[in-house]
Amino acid sequence: MSETTKPGHKGQDYEQTLDRSDARVAAFDRGQHSPLERVQHVLHNNPTLVPVIVLLVSLAVFGLIAGGKFFSAFNLSLILQQVSIIGILAAAQSLIILTAGIDLSVAAIMVLMSVIMGNLAVFAGVPTGISIVIGLIGGVAAGGMNGWLITKVKLPPFITTLGTWSIFYALLLWLSGAQSIRGQDIDANAPFLKIFGASFNIGGARITLSALLMIAVFLVLWYMLNKTAWGRHVYAIGDDKEAAQLSGIRTDRTLLSVYGLAGLVCALAGWASIGRVGSISPQSFYEGNLDSITAVVIGGISLFGGRGSILGALFGALIVGVFRSGLRLSGVDVLWQVFAIGWLIIIAVAIDQWIRRVSA
Amino acid sequence: MSTPVVQARGIVKRYGHVTAIDHSDFELRKGEILAVIGDNGAGKSSIVKAICGATVPDEGEILIEGKPVRFTSPIQARDMGIEIVYQNLALSPALSIADNMFTGREIRKQGWMGKYLRMLDKPAMEDFAREKLTELGLMTVQSIKQPVETLSGGQRQGVAVARAAAFATKFIIMDEPTAALGVKESRKVLELIQDVRARGIPIILISHNMPHVFEVADRIHVHRLGKRLCTIDPKDYTMSDAVAFMTGAKEPPSEHAA
Repeated sequence: MSETTKPGHKGQDYEQTLDRSDARVAAFDRGQHSPLERVQHVLHNNPTLVPVIVLLVSLAVFGLIAGGKFFSAFNLSLILQQVSIIGILAAAQSLIILTAGIDLSVAAIMVLMSVIMGNLAVFAGVPTGISIVIGLIGGVAAGGMNGWLITKVKLPPFITTLGTWSIFYALLLWLSGAQSIRGQDIDANAPFLKIFGASFNIGGARITLSALLMIAVFLVLWYMLNKTAWGRHVYAIGDDKEAAQLSGIRTDRTLLSVYGLAGLVCALAGWASIGRVGSISPQSFYEGNLDSITAVVIGGISLFGGRGSILGALFGALIVGVFRSGLRLSGVDVLWQVFAIGWLIIIAVAIDQWIRRVSA
Repeated sequence: MSTPVVQARGIVKRYGHVTAIDHSDFELRKGEILAVIGDNGAGKSSIVKAICGATVPDEGEILIEGKPVRFTSPIQARDMGIEIVYQNLALSPALSIADNMFTGREIRKQGWMGKYLRMLDKPAMEDFAREKLTELGLMTVQSIKQPVETLSGGQRQGVAVARAAAFATKFIIMDEPTAALGVKESRKVLELIQDVRARGIPIILISHNMPHVFEVADRIHVHRLGKRLCTIDPKDYTMSDAVAFMTGAKEPPSEHAA
């Protein structure tokens, strides 16, 4: 089918010289690249590499500065425990951001569902298991409401979730009467709510179930995103929604499932948070929405959608935890911890932009 | 004469006061390349959209291989073996070539892994994609996992055409496949189109490029003011005739010309 195999004249006059032109079509560029370009290329193909490197480097640096007390098994497991709730929220946030959306209501859904579970189990006398199931279903409904507004009413995700953040927050204040449910009451009436606070020791490390839940949530979502058609569709929608639709993806249905699933994950985080905090406080995790976005961004998931691995968000959450712990143990004031996290976000986005500029 | 692949009669589509399709006919025969030409706004995209289900016509009937159909979405047309190569290609840049070829019709693994865990059979999809691209002389073997965004414009067009050719059993619609391409890449795509026809799959080619149309088309459907003005055989007319028909500068030949 190449021009050179056909002696006869074909095509237009101006194309005659094509016979002598380079006939390769899909040849690879095997030319020399500068080391920096090669790094850019590798990172483009493996977007999770950046947060992994940052995590390892920051572990090493804080290990040198803060010494043994940072590197103890106890402290490392404490970091894992501290990031577990924000980590689970970041998993939900990753799903949304991969579709080129954003969810400002994740923490509000989480706390609302923990309040619902607590009210039902502690005060209304509903069996704990049923209360938890109702809370999880409530999470799906709250996420589904976001999804419905975004796909059917066609509102931008930012505005939608800014609105539902306030709505869910008001609801949770109303349901809780702005009062915390005390730990003793939970222990007396529904101890199972605090199951994720349980822990066990391995060689000085204290592993809580909430940390294990976080890791399990990430692994399950990673599988769904990378090994199933649904996951490929999530990426395709985040990449180019119109193209996804034209190539036969039912985009609204997929988006709805993404928001519903994110809501479920938030509700799971709500259940885990009861064990982690020890009580149910309507005021807790007020900054959880933004913290989850921070973890996702530091984890190398592009805010423009379609790029990055959900495991990046896990590393992003861990990086934030390592920075906080390391700076604290090095005797640095809290305000400089916040300062450092701010720079991390900006650097992470700058690296994302640079990686996106990769050329073939 | 055997049954045409597509036969549409008296198609009407109105948008408010605008009549995009005004009692138009359309016919695609077996194994042919039918070019659809027309001025901007003549409604050539509209009539093709009506055939593939992207719009639902208000009146008229569409027969595919003699059987009446009424598509309400392009997905239904696709399930029947009708493939469309969109002008913007409808590829997801960050996904691999193999992922793009199978978007919306992925293959799952055999057994419980596929049934309960819905695990994709990536090796099978990659093999299939590699085979199809090699058939069309498009790809070197090791590149199937490359993200589409690292390909050139012509290569992307090649992936989109290969996807259509791999799954089409009835016919393929191509919307301006050479509009965004350079001379060499256009040539490659025209060869691809002829290759696909050689496999017996008819093609509807929407194009503004008269030299390309006259080179590959077996018949040319001239669309003007929302309806089929005439169909002509490119061997009997010149490009300036065709332009004269579609702009109204010249009276069309009778409907039975081709």
